[in-house]
Amino acid sequence: MSRGEVLLRVEGLRTWFPIRKGVFRRTVGHVRAVDGVELEIRRGETLALVGESGCGKTTVGRSLLRLVEPTEGRIWFDGVDLARLSPAALRPYRRAIQIVFQDPAASLDPRVRVRDAVAEGMETFAIGASDRERTERVAALFERVQLDPRAIWRYPHEFSGGQRQRICIARALAVEPSLVVCDEATSALDVSIQAQILNLLQRLQEELGLTYLFIAHDLGVVRYLADRVSVMYLGQIVEEGATERIFSDPRHPYTRALLAAVPSLDPARRRVVARLVGDVPSPAAPPPGCRFHTRCPEVFDRCRVEEPPSYAVADGVSRCFLSDPAR
Amino acid sequence: MTAPLLEVNELVTTFPAETGRAAVVDGLSLSIAAGEVLALVGESGCGKSVTALSILRLVPKPGRIESGRIRVAGRDVRALPITEMRAVRGALAAMIFQEPMTSLNPVQTVGAQVVEAIRLHERVSADVARRRCVDLFERVGIPDADARFESFPHQLSGGLKQRVMIAMALSMQPKLLIADEPTTALDVTIQAQILELLREIRDRFGMAILLISHNLGVVNELADRVAVMYAGRVAEEGTRTELLAHPRHPYTQRLLASIPSRTRRGEPLAEIPGVVPSPGEWPVGCRFTTRCHRAFEPCAEIVPDATAISDTHRAWCHAVAREESS
Repeated sequence: MSRGEVLLRVEGLRTWFPIRKGVFRRTVGHVRAVDGVELEIRRGETLALVGESGCGKTTVGRSLLRLVEPTEGRIWFDGVDLARLSPAALRPYRRAIQIVFQDPAASLDPRVRVRDAVAEGMETFAIGASDRERTERVAALFERVQLDPRAIWRYPHEFSGGQRQRICIARALAVEPSLVVCDEATSALDVSIQAQILNLLQRLQEELGLTYLFIAHDLGVVRYLADRVSVMYLGQIVEEGATERIFSDPRHPYTRALLAAVPSLDPARRRVVARLVGDVPSPAAPPPGCRFHTRCPEVFDRCRVEEPPSYAVADGVSRCFLSDPAR
Repeated sequence: MTAPLLEVNELVTTFPAETGRAAVVDGLSLSIAAGEVLALVGESGCGKSVTALSILRLVPKPGRIESGRIRVAGRDVRALPITEMRAVRGALAAMIFQEPMTSLNPVQTVGAQVVEAIRLHERVSADVARRRCVDLFERVGIPDADARFESFPHQLSGGLKQRVMIAMALSMQPKLLIADEPTTALDVTIQAQILELLREIRDRFGMAILLISHNLGVVNELADRVAVMYAGRVAEEGTRTELLAHPRHPYTQRLLASIPSRTRRGEPLAEIPGVVPSPGEWPVGCRFTTRCHRAFEPCAEIVPDATAISDTHRAWCHAVAREESS
């Protein structure tokens, strides 16, 4: 498969979590964390999935790897529907898709030497003929992520936060994945360290032809890094498109509000406007009609009763009646 | 000129380290005029939060203030007996934190907590305090304030909890609000609401704000002046425009250049090599010298003095001193 082909296509993904109550743990409802998500990522591309806490973006990432079981939908990866595979048949894809989490301290076992943490996946997938060969590979990976290869026998606490995130990246790369899900991978880092990791991720993408699903809430990072952006609100994608268009000409009122809320760094202009009042409704009881209508500054009658489909706009989609061509 | 509302001189606050005590704040000076917003910015571990806690004498043990002078509205904070210190906290200077949940009592309604704060400082009846609380809730934009009075903290969203904290801070109409990363735990749309609220409070009540933040966007939206901290000291200070548009200290320059939204796509972000050294391992001379791309001969040995760039703009850097003198 070459660059530019679709590597991952997600159709109608739903991941609901049961709400249980009482002594019999009866299911009394569902948290609709992900509720009908469509995504498409081309090989070598970076798709950013953005949204505020609780919108379901992290659950999307985890559902792809089936770290949480999707309730419904298809996850086409390299032509195979991962959602339908048995655990055994899924195994090779667990190698092809890797995930890097927000908190590197929590994703490394403090009692395991970093060499062993990085080599673990290689052992699982029988990469490298011997322990010695795997050690050499770990050292090479350390160089690739700009860590001192002599440090592979140390423990996680001997590294700084930024270095630990490099180790997590090395661990993900150890099994030669084609898709890397970065779940808020730089959010816990200071800005100067974040810059180091973002530069590293970009370099690795060029060198190894990696495809990224970049889950983030920092729109500055997204604008800098992503080719395409999917904006999520209450379990659904409300807008999707090429990065520059999303930032210069957002169509969905939620995207517009999100961008208006980003603080400016230009001393000549302070621009933050709070366009949205109130908070995000609970995903256990999403509002009828358009999910955003309770906070939308441009709401009209239709929005309260009818759920908008995804309309084609420019180079992507917008889930808003304002984009209805029949209007 | 009238005396500043807050004046900190040569503050040193230490914590125990492997060998003896290490200064986390080491000779820090700053001042805030009445009604002014000063932002104290820096990366984790630079000492900005400990500075804020020192001002209200809230440094958690085993940390302690070693030396320096702190004056709030003319009163020497370090010399006050603890009973009078309580009166200063709240009435003169109040503080809000990043994580409102940890500052609120989970088993008491938010209304009861604000009422308690009001009655701690003032002899008013429960009814009067309650009315004042509901009034404050309305002022800080808590919808349905009367009903919210009876809510427990866990029933409120993060943004509403932060509004409750702000209402509590405002209850004594302090002259200074210390806001430690007040929007860091919040989503960007909720952050925008809180930023608007803080702006309004400052305009309406003429309250001075010491804003502690690592987010330079938030700083630009709210601050009049900015002090950049690195390893326990101020590296550069100036007006918002001076700092963000014409930074002179190499640390400030690199910090700004490492922000993705200021960099064009495809161009690498500026990096600051290495990490912030831990307290106790700071270089003898300029603290930034080990990571500085402009370090030269005196930097490792001699602590730089302030170089004035304008009446309001100063940088503690040998390279800037050399540029300004030539």
